Amino acid sequence: MSVAEIFDTMAYGPAPEDATFVRDWLGKQDDPIGLFINGTWTKASESNPIDAGNPATGERLARFSAAGKTDVDGAVGAAKAAHQSWSSLAPFERAKYLYALARQIQKSSRFLAVLESLDNGKPIRESRDVDIPLAARHFYYHAGWAHLVAQEFPRYQSLGVVGQIIPWNFPFLMLAWKIAPALAAGNTVVLKPAEQTSLTALYFATLCQEAQLPEGVFNIVTGDGETGRHLVDHPDIAKIAFTGSTSVGKYIRTQTAGSEKTLTLELGGKSPFIVFDDADLDGAVEGMVDSIWFNQGEVCCAGSRLLVEESVAEAFITKIKRRLETLRLGDPLDKSVDMGAIVSEAQIERIRAFVNRAQTEGATVWQPDNPAPTSGYYFPPTLLLDVAPSFEAVCEEIFGPVLSVMTFRTLPEAVTLANNTRYGLAASVWSETANRALDVASRLQCGVVWINTANAFDAACAFGGYRESGFGREGGKAGMLEYMAPKDEWLSAATPEAVSNSGPASSRSLSDQIDRTAKNYVGGKQSRPDGGRTRHVTDANGSVIGRVSESNRKDVRNAVEAARQAAGWASATAFNRSQILYFLAENLGYRESEFVDRLKSSTGITKKAAQQEVKASLSRLFTYGAWADKHDGVTHTPPQRNTVLSVNEPVGVIGILCPDEHPLLSFVSLFAPALAMGNRCVIVPSERYPLVATDFYQIWETSDVPSGVLNLLTGDRDSLAKTLSEHNDVDAVWYFGSSAGSKMVQENSVGNLKRTWVNLGRTRDWASPNAGEGETFLRRATQVKTIWLPFGD
Amino acid sequence: MEHMHQEPNETSEKVHYLDQGSNRGIPFDAKLIETIRVNRSAADRRIASLSGRRSLKKEWQAAWLLKAITCIDLTTLAGDDTEGRVRRLCAKARNPVRLDLLKALGMADRQITTGAVCVYHEMIAAAVEALKGSDVPVAAVSTGFPAGLSPFNLRLEEIKHSVEAGAKEIDIVISRRHALKGDWQALYEEVCSFKEACGSAHLKTILATGEIGSYTKVAKASMTCMMAGADFVKTSTGMESVNATLPVSLVMMRTIRDYETRTGHKVGFKPAGGIRNAKDALTYLILVKEELGDMWLSPHLFRFGASGLLGDIERQLEHFVTGQYSASNRHPLG
Repeated sequence: MSVAEIFDTMAYGPAPEDATFVRDWLGKQDDPIGLFINGTWTKASESNPIDAGNPATGERLARFSAAGKTDVDGAVGAAKAAHQSWSSLAPFERAKYLYALARQIQKSSRFLAVLESLDNGKPIRESRDVDIPLAARHFYYHAGWAHLVAQEFPRYQSLGVVGQIIPWNFPFLMLAWKIAPALAAGNTVVLKPAEQTSLTALYFATLCQEAQLPEGVFNIVTGDGETGRHLVDHPDIAKIAFTGSTSVGKYIRTQTAGSEKTLTLELGGKSPFIVFDDADLDGAVEGMVDSIWFNQGEVCCAGSRLLVEESVAEAFITKIKRRLETLRLGDPLDKSVDMGAIVSEAQIERIRAFVNRAQTEGATVWQPDNPAPTSGYYFPPTLLLDVAPSFEAVCEEIFGPVLSVMTFRTLPEAVTLANNTRYGLAASVWSETANRALDVASRLQCGVVWINTANAFDAACAFGGYRESGFGREGGKAGMLEYMAPKDEWLSAATPEAVSNSGPASSRSLSDQIDRTAKNYVGGKQSRPDGGRTRHVTDANGSVIGRVSESNRKDVRNAVEAARQAAGWASATAFNRSQILYFLAENLGYRESEFVDRLKSSTGITKKAAQQEVKASLSRLFTYGAWADKHDGVTHTPPQRNTVLSVNEPVGVIGILCPDEHPLLSFVSLFAPALAMGNRCVIVPSERYPLVATDFYQIWETSDVPSGVLNLLTGDRDSLAKTLSEHNDVDAVWYFGSSAGSKMVQENSVGNLKRTWVNLGRTRDWASPNAGEGETFLRRATQVKTIWLPFGD
Repeated sequence: MEHMHQEPNETSEKVHYLDQGSNRGIPFDAKLIETIRVNRSAADRRIASLSGRRSLKKEWQAAWLLKAITCIDLTTLAGDDTEGRVRRLCAKARNPVRLDLLKALGMADRQITTGAVCVYHEMIAAAVEALKGSDVPVAAVSTGFPAGLSPFNLRLEEIKHSVEAGAKEIDIVISRRHALKGDWQALYEEVCSFKEACGSAHLKTILATGEIGSYTKVAKASMTCMMAGADFVKTSTGMESVNATLPVSLVMMRTIRDYETRTGHKVGFKPAGGIRNAKDALTYLILVKEELGDMWLSPHLFRFGASGLLGDIERQLEHFVTGQYSASNRHPLG
């Protein structure tokens, strides 16, 4: 085009980023590129290479290996061998490696950006200005943690070999999010990149070599789901950290159930984008662009559901449409392109199918008439108008540039609509009124809330989901803790299967000296079990000392319902909760001798031991009376003009299945932190010694615990655990029983991906302040919500 | 002021303001002002990412830079201005780029000139004389520029005198105190008076955005001036400690867009002060294209208030033509 023609049209021209040096590098790689194991490039045991395609053109960029079981074994073995020396390295030494990696990334930033855009299809603007700088920042930030880890986490240790599986939407950034904290905490890593986008991870291996990272500390096994499966199943893996779809996340949960592998799952979302009538509408439109039209909408935390206040809906939608007309689709390597190519043919087909089905359901589809290349996987920015929460496209994660548009009338309605989803990853709230925005932020069920901004990320700020968006956090101190475990948490790895001394469920009458059958305690009332059945409780000598309810599924249902309804407890002030915990201690104190007797007669322990256990229980109630208003969140300091708060919120409804050891102390040790942090509980006390707990609910009653906050069901631990772990309105299950029961709980938790805490048949030293109380319990009882609040007028 | 309070009708909306005259304004609408909200961080974020979102290379860069020249209000506002100095500036306005460069760019026949020449009242006559025969209008700063605190009747008189002297555009300064005190009605009435005094000359209203506190106030002041009939809203006098910035420009452009949506009137935008190099000029033009559209990429609706910008653009153009870096002494002074 001539200067004169451009002068007349004022069009944009091509602005291609040079990719020659990246293509040269690709040309020099082995075909297929090997696996990076133990610091060297290794040939895969079987030859079935995978193509690395360029989604903008369909061309093949390179081929890489698919790691089989033998290869994964080799990589895990190398990582295991490297763990001892890596984890015992002086903090300063480990910090230097992470710092070196940060520097390497920064020095290679242009190369990485171009390679990422070639391989993934994302616009070079985003890989250059967002993905790669954030990845470098992640390593710098965690170089700091590597240095501080011994001082800041003195009671924690690294886990061992961590298996990490990352998605194709932010290949390099997710690599950084995974590796940096894992290495900083002293773990060694086996990483499996997505088979659609493995190239930047492979290049990163060369950066590790240049940084002289010790052999085996970081290993890459490329491959498809099969490779991932080998990694997940490997017995020497201590933890799996996964980012990807909710269905694969659930698969991993099931596969690792009952094992010692811990999990971090960062899964899907259907995040709301809420616009109030007092929002800066133009600002919010731009926020939308950064939210659902960022990375072609292939973002787990994309604001895919617009909720706009009715009074401004028309104006806002008009503004969105105008803005979409200026979005430029095209060659990802063009510096003036806003939206590149969808990662694969399969993905674009999936998006198309969603949009078509939405249309069939009655949605009005609006797309701007912007030019797009005719070859390659391009999908235009799309609005789905005239949709409702009942539409598939409003419920399901599309993972494409498709926005569902809905309206609301009031703030409570906005919150209800926003929370009307199985997911809970993120939300964006637009209002110029601080009161309003913060009120909404506190009511949203999700891990990240962006007020008057969207898709803001930083290594210092915890990121992760509520509900079926997964669990665990990435970034900040919370993220570091995911890669460490408390030292000496368990007494032994032995599996003392619970010995049931209680008699079989029975409706036959007991001998004359038994004058009391303890009922359940549900919704603030003593209630008879649904089945009308009871079970004997015997003392240490086998003599029957009482009867308790034999609870069934319906009792669980009723108790969960009561707990769900006691929602006010979550918003009770921390001081109020603290007062109640102290009051519980006070009232237990009045009845100290009664509980000593009960413990003594039930368990056969000495009077002294019983006195110690009651004293310890009193002390524990004080512990959580103390903690109730002190487990504070944090204010982060990201490199932006932002106040970023991480708030510790209650998990919700927790099912607690208590162990038999120290039946009073363990019972108190479990319900007290849950209560202190604002949760509501359905508690199944020791199956063997339930009477200490049924005595205890009288103390709840007299201590002003609101109805429904604490509910008690006696009966068979594992059958109640089954119903609780399958119940989709239970947010977490804490199980202290057998190893088989632990596995069952974790397997059953996938329905709503509830948080599980299981003992795998091990026992804890409940009397010790290290293992019996403190931060571990508080963390289990809370989940972190990160609220971003940019400021400035 | 009656004439300004008519609602736009269907036919006049489609007529370009240069043919028709100007933005006739609308009645003061307090609610419209009250509902304006601007989030500073969101605006700043848009600007922070803007230069990474669009890139202009080679021919595109050259063409856009030529467009920038046609949008410059070539300005001298100094106490030591003389007729001679102004004549020299006008000569540059008529021929801002060396002919050999224009020929090389294939633009020699396009009569590239700057958008206007901008001077104080006393220099209008010399400028009008020097620009005779060209299409370059003379703009005059007015109403007690830059502080705008001279007696109100004298400010009106100043406008009338300047129009009589041949100024086609009048750059007035608003009373910042009205904006600072949130007295939008008073600002509206002030600008209406200036508008009336301008007659057929175009009214450019300078907000002095560096002095009025917040982005939200900038937007409210812009909207008030447009309601009162401003043909251009302009950021700054060039004399404030903070002059044109991209975020403030974004805020003003979005207000212009909202005003157009509401009334059909297209109001121009003029950032002034602090825009010194070609790269900045391109960023501004990109912002205009993105936020207001191609229609605004024209001197009728967009101007740079700048004195040093032209020199840098000339050097960049020579670099494009020759492939060699240029020097200021190779380009005629203005």
